[in-house]
Amino acid sequence: MIGGLFIYNHKGEVLISRVYRDDIGNRRNAVDAFRVNVIHARQQVRSPVTNIARTSFFHVKRSNIWLAAVTKQNVNAAMVFEFLYKMCDVMTAYFGKISEENIKNNFVLIYELLDEILDFGYPQNSETGALKTFITQQGIKSQHQTKEEQSQITSQVTGQIGWRREGIKYRRNELFLDVLESVNLLMSPQGQVLSAHVSGRVVMKSYLSGMPECKFGMNDKIVIEKQGKGTADETGKSELGSGKQSIAIDDCTFHQCVRLSKFDSERSISFIPPDGEFELMRYRTTKDIILPFRVIPLVREVGRTKLEVKVVIKSNFKPSLLAQKIEVRIPTPLNTSGVQVICMKGKAKYKASENAIVWKIKRMAGMKESQISAEIELLPTNDKKKWARPPISMNFEVPFAPSGLKVRYLKVFEPKLNYSDHDVIKWVRYIGRSGIYETRC
Amino acid sequence: MPAVSKGDGMRGLAVFISDIRNCKSKEAEIKRINKELANIRSKFKGDKALDGYSKKKYVCKLLFIFLLGHDIDFGHMEAVNLLSSNRYTEKQIGYLFISVLVNSNSELIRLINNAIKNDLASRNPTFMGLALHCIANVGSREMAEAFAGEIPKILVAGDTMDSVKQSAALCLLRLYRTSPDLVPMGDWTSRVVHLLNDQHLGVVTAATSLITTLAQKNPEEFKTSVSLAVSRLSRIVTSASTDLQDYTYYFVPAPWLSVKLLRLLQCYPPPEDPAVRGRLTECLETILNKAQEPPKSKKVQHSNAKNAVLFEAISLIIHHDSEPNLLVRACNQLGQFLQHRETNLRYLALESMCTLASSEFSHEAVKTHIETVINALKTERDVSVRQRAVDLLYAMCDRSNAQQIVAEMLNYLETADYSIREEIVLKVAILAEKYAVDYTWYVDTILNLIRIAGDYVSEEVWYRVIQIVINRDDVQGYAAKTVFEALQAPACHENLVKVGGYILGEFGNLIAGDPRSSPLIQFNLLHSKFHLCSVPTRALLLSTYIKFVNLFPEIKTTIQDVLRSDSQLKNADVELQQRAVEYLRLSTIASTDILATVLEEMPPFPERESSILAKLKKKKGPGTVTDLEEIKKERSSDMNGSAEPASVNASAVSTPSPSADLLGLGAAPITNSAPPPSSSGSLLVDVFSDSASAVAPLAPGSDDNFASPDLASSEVVSEEPADTVHDADELFHKFVCKNNGVLFENQLLQIGLKSEFRQNLGRMFIFYGNKTSTQFLNFTPTVICSDDLQSSLNLQTKPVDPTVDGGAQVQQVVNIECVSDFMEAPILNIQFRYGGTFQNLSVKLPITLNKFFQPTEMSSQDFFQRWKQLSNPKQEVQNIFKAKHPMDAEITKAKIIGFGSALLEEVDPNPANFVGAGIIHTKTTQIGCLLRLEPNLQAQMYRLTLRTSKEAVSQRLCELLSEQF
Repeated sequence: MIGGLFIYNHKGEVLISRVYRDDIGNRRNAVDAFRVNVIHARQQVRSPVTNIARTSFFHVKRSNIWLAAVTKQNVNAAMVFEFLYKMCDVMTAYFGKISEENIKNNFVLIYELLDEILDFGYPQNSETGALKTFITQQGIKSQHQTKEEQSQITSQVTGQIGWRREGIKYRRNELFLDVLESVNLLMSPQGQVLSAHVSGRVVMKSYLSGMPECKFGMNDKIVIEKQGKGTADETGKSELGSGKQSIAIDDCTFHQCVRLSKFDSERSISFIPPDGEFELMRYRTTKDIILPFRVIPLVREVGRTKLEVKVVIKSNFKPSLLAQKIEVRIPTPLNTSGVQVICMKGKAKYKASENAIVWKIKRMAGMKESQISAEIELLPTNDKKKWARPPISMNFEVPFAPSGLKVRYLKVFEPKLNYSDHDVIKWVRYIGRSGIYETRC
Repeated sequence: MPAVSKGDGMRGLAVFISDIRNCKSKEAEIKRINKELANIRSKFKGDKALDGYSKKKYVCKLLFIFLLGHDIDFGHMEAVNLLSSNRYTEKQIGYLFISVLVNSNSELIRLINNAIKNDLASRNPTFMGLALHCIANVGSREMAEAFAGEIPKILVAGDTMDSVKQSAALCLLRLYRTSPDLVPMGDWTSRVVHLLNDQHLGVVTAATSLITTLAQKNPEEFKTSVSLAVSRLSRIVTSASTDLQDYTYYFVPAPWLSVKLLRLLQCYPPPEDPAVRGRLTECLETILNKAQEPPKSKKVQHSNAKNAVLFEAISLIIHHDSEPNLLVRACNQLGQFLQHRETNLRYLALESMCTLASSEFSHEAVKTHIETVINALKTERDVSVRQRAVDLLYAMCDRSNAQQIVAEMLNYLETADYSIREEIVLKVAILAEKYAVDYTWYVDTILNLIRIAGDYVSEEVWYRVIQIVINRDDVQGYAAKTVFEALQAPACHENLVKVGGYILGEFGNLIAGDPRSSPLIQFNLLHSKFHLCSVPTRALLLSTYIKFVNLFPEIKTTIQDVLRSDSQLKNADVELQQRAVEYLRLSTIASTDILATVLEEMPPFPERESSILAKLKKKKGPGTVTDLEEIKKERSSDMNGSAEPASVNASAVSTPSPSADLLGLGAAPITNSAPPPSSSGSLLVDVFSDSASAVAPLAPGSDDNFASPDLASSEVVSEEPADTVHDADELFHKFVCKNNGVLFENQLLQIGLKSEFRQNLGRMFIFYGNKTSTQFLNFTPTVICSDDLQSSLNLQTKPVDPTVDGGAQVQQVVNIECVSDFMEAPILNIQFRYGGTFQNLSVKLPITLNKFFQPTEMSSQDFFQRWKQLSNPKQEVQNIFKAKHPMDAEITKAKIIGFGSALLEEVDPNPANFVGAGIIHTKTTQIGCLLRLEPNLQAQMYRLTLRTSKEAVSQRLCELLSEQF
C-alpha cells in the first residue's frame, strides 16, 4: 500500500508531503532520496518506477510538477499509477491546471483531499462529484449544512452507489458522448507499418434526473456476431453488414459505475452514471486501423556539408472531413548551420532549439496531398559519428475515430420519474488525435 | 559582474549564462543550448570572417556549454586560431579551450604545438606564461614529448623573467611527474640547483618543489642543493617577520618555502660538512625556539603556518636521527601538542611521536608522555586519533612499561571501535609475548584478551599461546589452572574452548590432584561446551578426549561412551566421524604402553618468529610500524630469553601457511597426537627433535625433506682438542643443490642448516642441537675463512649463547655477501665442553659459488648466440665423468634447477641433453653462465660443458656440478 505521497516542483522542492505509514522511515530521507536520484539525476530517469534503498517511488509528471507515491511494500504498480492519475484528475477538477502556483494556493485543500481519498495508504472514493459534495472550496460550510444534507452525504458515500446522489433534477435531460482516440504509428521509410495501435476513451457528460439506468452499445465485434447468430433468419444480411462495421477491441476498462457482471455474462454495458462528466470506458485496438495521414520522406545527403529533404503528406480519409492542427516535425542533424525551406501549404520554420523543422498546416481536407522541401547546410565536425536520423513525427486532429468505433445506441431508463429514452437529448462526437505518429526517414 | 561592465567584457556570453541559470527545467536548458549551438554553427560556417572578439565570445560559449556536460564537436579550429592572436584575452581563452577540450586529434595537435612553440619563443612573459600553463594543464605524454627538452632551457636562461621561471619550474615538475622518462637530465640540473639562491622567493618556491621531486629519483645529481637549501632556510628562519614582505603569511616568514626546503632536506642524510651541519642544527633550533614563543596573532592561520613549519622540521629531525638534544626537544614540543584542543594537532603529534619512539635517542623522552597518551586513548573523541594513540603506545612499549601499557590496551579494548579491534588484539598479543618476564602474566593476558574480544582474536594468537605454554614447563600447571577456571564461565568464546581443550588435553594431569578439578570434572566441563562449538573446535576437543584417555585411565569408559554415541560415530561431518571412530578403536585396542607412546605430550615447538607479528605486518603493509618493529627487534634481540626471533623469511620459507602446520591441526587426525618422529613431516623446521633416538627419521616422501645423512661417513669427534676438518665431502656436496638440511650429526651434536640466497647476498641459519641431557659449556662456534676467501666472501656471524642446555637448540645467523667469485668453502669450527672434556670439531660450510646463481630464461636462438660469444677456449671447461647415481632425467633436472641455473627446455636439438643458463651475482661483477649436460645412457657417462665469461668460474662450477651426477 502507498506509504506516502510527495509533490515536488521542478527544482525538487517539496510542495506537499503526506505520509500514511511509518514504514517509509525517516520522511526527510525518502523525500531527499527521490529528489537526488530522480529529479536531479545526471541522466534523465525514464522509468516511472524507481527503487532506492528498498523503497519504491512511483512518479508522474504534470508540466513541471512531480507527483511521487512512495512505498516499501510490494504493491500493485498499476493501482498506484491509477491512483496518481485519479489524483491529478481530482486536482484538475478542483482548481484547474496543476502548476506550482495553483498547488501553493490550494495546499490546504490538497491535504484535505489527500486525507479523504487515501486512508492508511488504501485508495478511497476518488469520484470528483462525490468529493465535491463534502470537500468544498468555500471555507467551512458545516453551519449552513443541515443535518439532513449531512446524513444524505453520508448515506451516499457509504452506500451502494457512491458516485451519485439521489434527488437530482434537470429540466432538460441531456447527455453528451465523446469518443476520443489517439492513434500511434511507426512506419518504415518504404511505407510499411511497423507498429500501430489506437487507444481510445469514451467520455460521457450526463445531465439526467433521478437514478437513470443507462445501456451503451457500440460496434463491438463479439456483440455483433452474437446478435447475428441470435437472429438466425437474418444471418446473411447481418454478417455482411457486421464484417465491415464491427471492430475487434483488444482490451477495455470501465468506470466503476458499469456493472461488470453483466458485461462478463452478456457483454452489455449498463450503468447508473454519475452526475456530470466522467470517463465511461477506455479501450485499445490494433487491427484495421484507419491511418489518417501517410508521410513520404525523401532525404538525400549532398557531400559532407549539405542535406536535401523532401516530405510529402497524404490525407487518407473522406474528402468531406477536415483534419486540423496538423504539424509535421522534421529532425535536422546536430551540426546544422543553416536551413532553407519551401512549402506550398501552411508555414514551415527551422527551430534551432529543438533541432527540427516544424511545418504547420491549419486545415486539410481528405484525399489531398501536400509537400515541403528543405535544404540543410552542415558544419564539418571533428568526430565522424553518423547522424542517427530520428523519425519524422506528426500531430493532427481528425473528426472521426481511427479505430472505426461507432456508438450504436445509448438507452436511458428511469422507472421512477416520468421521462423516457426519447425525451433525452443525446450528442455524440468523435475526435481522433495523433499519439506518437512517426515515420522513419 | 565587473567584467561585463568593462568594454572588453562579453555581453553576449553574460546574457547566455544568465539565460541558462534562469531556466526552469532541464528541457528548457537543453532547448536554450541547442539554440545557441545552432547560432554558433551558423556564425562559424565560414561565409564571412569573424573578428577576434566574436571568435573569443563564441569559443567561450562553447567552453561553457562543454563544462555544463554537453558534447562539443566543433570550434576547435577557431580556438586554435585564437592562439595566434596578439591580444592577451583572446589568447587566454584559446589556451583555456585547448587545455580543457584537447584530445589527441592529429591535425590539430600539430597546430597547437606550433602555436605554443611560437609563444615560448616570444619574449613576451605573459604569452610564455600562458603557453607554459597550457602545457602543464594538459600535461599529456604528447606534450612532454614535444616540450620536455625546451622548458629546462627557459628555466635556466639568464634573461628569463622571474614569473616565467616560476611557471617553467612548475611546468617541468608536472611533465616529470607524468612521464619522467621524457625529461632529459643534463647540465641544466646543476643550474637549476642555483635557482635556490634566486632573489625572487616565488622562483625559489617553485624550484624547490621541482628539485625535491627530481632529487628523490636522482639524489646524486642534486646533492649540492643541500648546502644551498640550508643557507636559504637559515636566511628565512632568522629574518624578521617584516623582511620578506609579500612572502610573510600571518607573521610567519615564507612558511610554504620553509616547508618545501625542509622536505628537500629530508631526501638526504645529515650533511657531512660540519659548517653546513651546524647551520642546519641552528635553523632547526630556531624553529623549535620560535614555536615556544607566544603567538603573534590569534588568527588560526598564524598558528597553522607556524605548526606546519614546526612539524616539517620535526620530521627532518626524525629523518636525520642524529642530534639527541634536538630529538628530545622535538619530543617535548610534541608533548605539549598532545593536550592541545585542536584535534588535528593532537593527531599529528601522536603520529610524529610514533616515529620518534623508534629513535634510540628519544625513546626515553617519548616514554615520559605515557600518561597523556593513555589518557588520550580514554577520552579522545576522534577515532582516528585514538588509533594513533594505540600505535604510539605500541611503539613506546618496552620491558619497563609493558605491563601498564598492555593493561591499558586491554581496558580500552572493551570499548574500542570495531574497526580497530583486531589490530589492537594483535598488538596486545605481541607486546604481551615480547615483553613477558613472567609467563603467568602472559597467559593471563591472552586469556583475558580472548574473553574480551574473542571474535577478533585470530588463529595465530591462540596458536602462539599454546606454543609458548608447551615450550615452557614452568607455566604449564598455571596455564592449565587458569584455563580451567576461565572455562567455568557460563558463556565463553570458542577460541577459549580451543585453548582450554588443547591445554587441558596436554597438561590436565597437572591440576587433576585438586578435587575441584578432578579428571571427570575437567572432562564434563569441556564436554558441556562441545555442542556449542563449530566443527574444527569439536575435532580438537575429540583429540583432547583421547588424550584424557591416556592421562586419566579412570575416565576411559566415560570417554568411550561419548565417542561411541551416535552423534559422534555417525556424525555427518567426515572429519569428526573419522576421529571418533579412530579414537574409539585406539582406546579399546591399544595397550596402555602404546597409548602412552602415541598420546605422549607434544614435543616443544621450534622457536621461530611469532606468527602474530607476521600477521600484523601483512595487515599493515610496509608501514611505519613494521619498520619500527624491525628496528626494535634488533635492539632487543635477547628480550625474550633464549627465544631468539628467527628471520621472517626463514619462517616464511618453511611455513608457507602458518595456520596449517603450526600445530598440525588441519589435516590428518593421527599426526596430531602421534609421537614426534612421524609428526616432523609437517614440522620441517623441527630438525632437532629431542627424542632420545640418535637418528631422527624424517618423514619420507615429503618434498622439502632431504635424505638423512650418512652418519658413518662423518667422523666421530676426537676426544683431544684437534684441528681436524670433517671433510664429509658427500654431505657437503649434498648442499650444492639445496639450501636446507642436516649438515652434521654425531652422538652429541646435530648441526642443521637453513639458508637463502638472493643475488650476491645470503643468509644462513645454523641450528646447533644438543642431543645429550647435559649442558654444553663454553660453546663457541666460529666461521673461519682462508685469506683468499676473506677477500671474496664477507661473512658476518652473530655470537651465540655459550651454554647450551641438554636437549636444547641454539641458532646462529650468518650473513653472507659475495664480493667476487671464490673457490673454497669457509670452515665452521665448534668448540665446547661436554662433561669434563673439551670438544673441537670442524665442518665445511656449504657456501658455494653456485648459491649466487640467478636463473635466466632464454630462447634457443639467444642461447646459441651467447654460446658462440663465449667461444674463447679459456672460457670453456669440459668434463667427462662416470655417473655415480642412477641416470634419471627427472632427478637430473631437479638437480640442475637446485644448482641455481634455469633449465631451458627445447633448446638443445637432442631432447636427452640438459641445457641451463644463469647469472652469478657478486658484488663486483655479474658472470653469465651457460651449461650443457649430455648423458650417455649406454656408457653410463656424462659430458658436462660449461661456458662462462670467467675462466675460474667455469672451472669451479664444473667441479661442483660434476660431483652431483
